[in-house]
Amino acid sequence: MSENPSAAGAIGTCTITLVLNGEHRRLEVQPWTTLLDLLRDPLGLSGTKKGCDHGQCGACTVLLNGRRINSCLTLAVMHDGAELTTIEGLARGAELHPMQAAFVRHDAFQCGYCTPGQICSAVGLASERCGYSREEIREYMSGNLCRCGAYPNILAAIEEALPAVRGQKQEDAR
Amino acid sequence: MNRAQSPLGQPLDRVDGPLKVRGQARYAAEFDVPGLLYGAVVSSAIARGRVLRIDSAATEALPGVHLVLSHLNRPPIASYDEPYEDADAAEGSPFRPLYNDRVLYSGQPLALVVAETQALARHAASLVHVEYAAESHQTDLQAVREQAHPAPAEVPPPRGDFEVAFNAAAHRVEGEYGTPVEHHNPMEPHASIVQYQPGGELLIHDKTQGVQNCQRYLEQVFGLQDRIRVLSPFVGGAFGSGLRPQYQLPLAVMAALALKASVRVELTRQQMFTFGYRPRSIQQLKLAADGEGRLQAVEHQAIGQTSRFEDFTEHEVEWSGMLYACDHVRLGYRLAPLDVYTPLDMRAPGATIGVYALECAMDELAHEVGIDPLELRLRNYSEINGNQGKRYSSKELRACYRQGAERFGWSRRPAQPRSLREGHELIGMGMATGVWEAMQMPASARACIDADGKLLVTSATADIGTGTYTAMTQIAADAMGLPMADVEFRLGDSSLPQAPLEGGSATVSSVGSAVQRACAGLRQKLLDAAQQSPASPFTGASPDAVEFIGGRMCLKATQHAVELKRIVEVSGALESEAHVEPGEQRQQWATATHSAVFVEVRVDEDLGTVNVSRVVSAIAAGRIVNPKTAGNQIVGGVVWGIGQALQEETLIDHRLGRYMNHNLAEYHIPVNADIPGIEVIFVEEHDSVVNELGSKGVGEIGIVGVAAAVANAIYNATGKRVRDLPITLDKLL
Ligand code: FES
Ligand code: FES
Repeated sequence: MSENPSAAGAIGTCTITLVLNGEHRRLEVQPWTTLLDLLRDPLGLSGTKKGCDHGQCGACTVLLNGRRINSCLTLAVMHDGAELTTIEGLARGAELHPMQAAFVRHDAFQCGYCTPGQICSAVGLASERCGYSREEIREYMSGNLCRCGAYPNILAAIEEALPAVRGQKQEDAR
Repeated sequence: MNRAQSPLGQPLDRVDGPLKVRGQARYAAEFDVPGLLYGAVVSSAIARGRVLRIDSAATEALPGVHLVLSHLNRPPIASYDEPYEDADAAEGSPFRPLYNDRVLYSGQPLALVVAETQALARHAASLVHVEYAAESHQTDLQAVREQAHPAPAEVPPPRGDFEVAFNAAAHRVEGEYGTPVEHHNPMEPHASIVQYQPGGELLIHDKTQGVQNCQRYLEQVFGLQDRIRVLSPFVGGAFGSGLRPQYQLPLAVMAALALKASVRVELTRQQMFTFGYRPRSIQQLKLAADGEGRLQAVEHQAIGQTSRFEDFTEHEVEWSGMLYACDHVRLGYRLAPLDVYTPLDMRAPGATIGVYALECAMDELAHEVGIDPLELRLRNYSEINGNQGKRYSSKELRACYRQGAERFGWSRRPAQPRSLREGHELIGMGMATGVWEAMQMPASARACIDADGKLLVTSATADIGTGTYTAMTQIAADAMGLPMADVEFRLGDSSLPQAPLEGGSATVSSVGSAVQRACAGLRQKLLDAAQQSPASPFTGASPDAVEFIGGRMCLKATQHAVELKRIVEVSGALESEAHVEPGEQRQQWATATHSAVFVEVRVDEDLGTVNVSRVVSAIAAGRIVNPKTAGNQIVGGVVWGIGQALQEETLIDHRLGRYMNHNLAEYHIPVNADIPGIEVIFVEEHDSVVNELGSKGVGEIGIVGVAAAVANAIYNATGKRVRDLPITLDKLL
């Protein structure tokens, strides 16, 4: 995978460093490149999806310093030094992240296109001070559209996995 | 011996689940191709007219821009209609991208800018300046409804004498129902990557419901026989949007041919509103019943919109002649051409809007007669499809009504509208019937077993989230008596055995039958191979005398068993291919899936907001291969029905002839907070006619009837009958 996304090369690029899925990366980026485009095209991390490119669907959700954000709405140059986790960085080798496993078990998707965003969003939710009831989970997951309409199963998966993910986060924080 | 339970009918996890949750399933735009160039589409800003000039000087001056493609410099394409007619083409003259200077609709692709990055292509495309000679346009169906012409569809002929029966009946209702334009909006935008191979062959990744449909289309349009292979292993939703090749595909091919390079064209969300959609409809329903509520006369007249170049038709009014018993029926269907793109099949095309109108009218009739809406359906229950005069091969709709009503607590519904409230919320309950065809298409599949005992089954079908990978793996594992882990199903490759378009809920029925048959052929080959070895205990055994179970072939009589891999170790890999046509036995029967859907709503009396608080959907669809994935399909359909009832509507500014809300912030679809608990019941239904599996398919039936049930519940809650979808709060205040 090329570390130099400036294909045309005519205009100045900026150097940023990222801890991307646990790995230190030094990247040349064009100042207008969104975080989403950086991930998908030059880096080939296409697990992060583009559904609208306008912050309207949540398919591009990633974890930036542990917080969920729409990666289509932010420029890569703004995140020099940040820690970034994408869907590719959640599993530990062959072992799925508990949220991923719950999504499979509850069939919380159909086409799978919104799924990485849903999962990153749900993992992000685990660090927030909300999402402690079904109603709250539905509300706080409403920035992630699922056109297949797998919402009830998404809810069931998150409800099941959230306590474990929260517990893990608290342990990691210690 | 360990009698492994058959995987058929088990609620198994999706076999492609792990790939999807890891972000490793690759969709059309996500393949890494060396030297890839990126295209961005320039869309028409007018609805009708001509292109006078395309000024691309500023664009071409940018370093990194390789090409500005338009009708002026595109590679040659076919000049007759026929090559453009794909497997889901409407009647008429299909749209030809970049063909000439004519502008047929707003948003039409007029040029493609190809550059070294996506961002550059997008920017460069914004610098292309198009000069038009605009002509006056019409995009409003209401304005031209009187000029509609009869649709080129086989609408069942009238039966009985509607006029006389209607006028003589004790109870009559009539009303006009309207449904808006809706767009499929799968989460994955349409995209194509055309990989230009050294020999000039094209390896194409496309978002489609039919790889062979796209392959044929490109071969014909570009005259590229035997040089095209289309792949589509994962599709990020489609719901019908992938039934026809969409314009990004020929555009990407044109650019690849012109540049002899690999090109990707990915549409923006805004451009997802520049091709097919569910057409707006205006429908008139007239129902009459005797004193007991028995239907005396049914009339359903529909007007749909279409483009000026094709007559798009769907099964919209047929349902009113087949769902209930009635001797006097008159159905009509007309079309009005507008300066818009041709509509396209969208989840349960026709039924979604036609059954909506019928089932609301039935609710109105129940109130008119003064009986319970469910009771009205039971009094008019029909074992035959009145349009065809044929009995249903199976129809457990009565069980749907009974089990659904019981689970929902229908008996607690207040008969009097606007009589149940909690605080400022009015509570109402409504129900409706759903119906969809149970089709089967010709399909092929190949099954191949290797010396490790692994089975590979292939067919050029698609999985658009419907669970095809999983269902076919289950069917094959069952047929061969192998564990799921030893079976792999491959699809989404035009070089695989022939399969129909993935749509209409026909995939399990069609491809599933071919998989079963291919496996039967393979079992025979395994038996033949075993009989080759000297002194084989299988010598002389007929296929009926053996069974395949737990990875072995066993003689039923003696329980003598041999592992399949042992046979293949000796014989070498074995393979069997089968082609299955819809069975002759289907001819004498009507085949359909049915549902009964029950909905509770809460309407805020002050704000007019509607909250769907409970849904029960009871489905009769024959044998269910996987209740987990099938249940998910039904839930998805219900979610779509809620969106149809309350939110979805693509609005046109008729002065500009252009969509106003062509994005996901303003085109509302349900979000998680809008969706309540949805209970799905699959009632037991046995059918030996539809196909050997006895499965009817579940992709469409989930949505049918839902919008009517919501509308009827809103009436029950508020006493207001809104006949124009979506039922937004302004209509309730
Ligand atoms: S792609 Fe970022 S929110 Fe839709
Ligand atoms: S699984 Fe298809 S959009 Fe959510």
